Amino acid sequence: MPRPILEVRDLRTYFSPEEGTVRAVDGAHLDVYPRRTLGIVGESGCGKSVTARSILRIVERPGRIVSGSILLRRDGDETGVDLTKLDPDGKEMRRIRGADIALIFQEPMTSFSPVHTIGNQIVETVRLHQGVGKREARDRAVAALRLVGVPSPERRVDEYAFQLSGGLRQRAMIALALSCSPRILIADEPTTALDVTTQAQILALLADLQRREGMAIILITHNLGVVAEMCDEVAVMYLGRVVEQGPVDAIFHDPQHPYTRALLRSMPSIKARVRSRLPVIEGSIPHPYNRPAGCPFHPRCPDFMPGRCDQIEPPSQSVGAGHDAACFLYGESAP
Amino acid sequence: MNAPGAVRLLDVQGLRKHFPIRKGFLRRQVGVVRAVDDVSFHVERGETLSLVGESGCGKTTTSRCILRALTPTEGRILFHAASGQVLDVAALSKRELQPLRRQMQMIFQDPFSSLNPRRTLLDIVAEPLVANGVGSKQERLDRVVELLRLVGLRPEYMRRYPHAFSGGQRQRVGIARALALNPSLVVADEPVSALDVSVQAQILNLMQDLQDQLGLTYLFVAHDLSVVRLVSDRVAVMYVGRIVELASTEALFATPKHPYTEALLAAVPKPDPRLRGERLLLEGEVADPSNPPPGCHFHPRCPYATEQCRTETPALQEIAPGHAVSCHRAQELSLRGVAG
Repeated sequence: MPRPILEVRDLRTYFSPEEGTVRAVDGAHLDVYPRRTLGIVGESGCGKSVTARSILRIVERPGRIVSGSILLRRDGDETGVDLTKLDPDGKEMRRIRGADIALIFQEPMTSFSPVHTIGNQIVETVRLHQGVGKREARDRAVAALRLVGVPSPERRVDEYAFQLSGGLRQRAMIALALSCSPRILIADEPTTALDVTTQAQILALLADLQRREGMAIILITHNLGVVAEMCDEVAVMYLGRVVEQGPVDAIFHDPQHPYTRALLRSMPSIKARVRSRLPVIEGSIPHPYNRPAGCPFHPRCPDFMPGRCDQIEPPSQSVGAGHDAACFLYGESAP
Repeated sequence: MNAPGAVRLLDVQGLRKHFPIRKGFLRRQVGVVRAVDDVSFHVERGETLSLVGESGCGKTTTSRCILRALTPTEGRILFHAASGQVLDVAALSKRELQPLRRQMQMIFQDPFSSLNPRRTLLDIVAEPLVANGVGSKQERLDRVVELLRLVGLRPEYMRRYPHAFSGGQRQRVGIARALALNPSLVVADEPVSALDVSVQAQILNLMQDLQDQLGLTYLFVAHDLSVVRLVSDRVAVMYVGRIVELASTEALFATPKHPYTEALLAAVPKPDPRLRGERLLLEGEVADPSNPPPGCHFHPRCPYATEQCRTETPALQEIAPGHAVSCHRAQELSLRGVAG
């Protein structure tokens, strides 16, 4: 496998309002490869979106990156740049955003400006990052819209976000993100607000664009079906920790961490027995201020070992080829 | 199904709900959105009927008409009351509706916006009892304790406010409130779509347990077919204001007869990476209900459409016992479903 284009090591992003500290991301470890899709899955509060925002250095106050590194390796650049060392508002970081790493959001309605046309917004991005003239930039905007399958792009380029349907808006969002040919595309719940038939279209579009453009995709989602459909590698997060990470087939067919197993079991499947009950994970996700000590999953875990899981945070252990789990059931510390 | 001994609770006949589109200074009517356009179905006592479809298909409007949160433009909604009377919900006046409302309750989608943040759980769950003048203060308190236990919450928490609870717990509060008056029909509009996967399972199981214990009838409105499969006895698929297919859950998933149902089933991402790539992609977008295409509304996106589909509107017809489809080619097509 080639070298990762992005390496996240021991990333910790904490939010410290007056009431206490929320460890939104607490030691995340991720590798992103060109032409491959990394899925980050988890439920609300697991830190998947904050991880993405940390990579782009757009974490909002009072949040900040406390420690760790985010190494971006651009073409021909062997040593790479550590994004955590850059000024979030500085010139270099602004250049990286959009040109090297682009982001698409869940809600395409709120991420477009309502008072500028779709075309204007793409033109602005292209001119900023690629220094081309107005005319050229407009041609590229039309080409970008055509690439993502917006019908009659010459006309649509002059429309406003509210004139487009949800699916078209998400396509326009993707066109905007891809207008500067980024090496990494971060898609944060890109299909959650869409209907299933539109979701299927957008997922097919992303996969197709990846084949043609060769970018890496970081797909952030809570939907395990979308992960199975799209990803090569998967990282499962729970309360700021990556609890399990591995190839998509291993995650779905040989999950090791009790949380991953429980999550897969409790998911309603289209192939489940009609009118049946689901196995559940007891309890609910703890409030971030009351983060349990030790392994964050221990109060809900069926394999909880008293005196151990509630005291020490389990380190990540190798459980297979490219497959790690942070659990005391495995490795040298196994019982 | 029309099983012997089945008792009807609800009969919806030819329901239409049109919203006028007004424009200009004089608010002249320039068009009409046919949100629900000639929908008929029935619900039996103790069963779960699901209305599924994508946004704008009219599933929520249909459920709101049944609760008379909206007044239908046309059609009859016959409710078989506990007293044995059959009343047309669509035709009753607001005053006549009052006693009937106790028998129909609703569970909302968003447990964060559907509970008043300034009132305690006790106030929230007791609200329907107070509004209907049920019991003394002590009796209401006892009932709230009973209801909270029923939905798996600790009664000690009843003097706390909603912000102290997680999404799943709040949804339990919403369910307790809906059950306060012993309704026979509960309309649940996307009750789990705002919840995390691990909590979704808890709420779905709770709803099924309550149905068994209390003999509830659910009208379940949802877009997630995996959830629908898990809880429904029968499923009605809607597209641009009309029911395109109605069948038992098994039949609908295993042998869909309408091309739209087939496409919907195929579009659901399967949680197994080994099943990748066998996807049938539907082209285009859902039609605009203010300007739907002629003939079968689905024809511009349908891979099997013929000339007849472009001009003639297909009627909803029963092609097997309990399995109704509105497609001209229902008999000849063999469509792909999802094996159990």
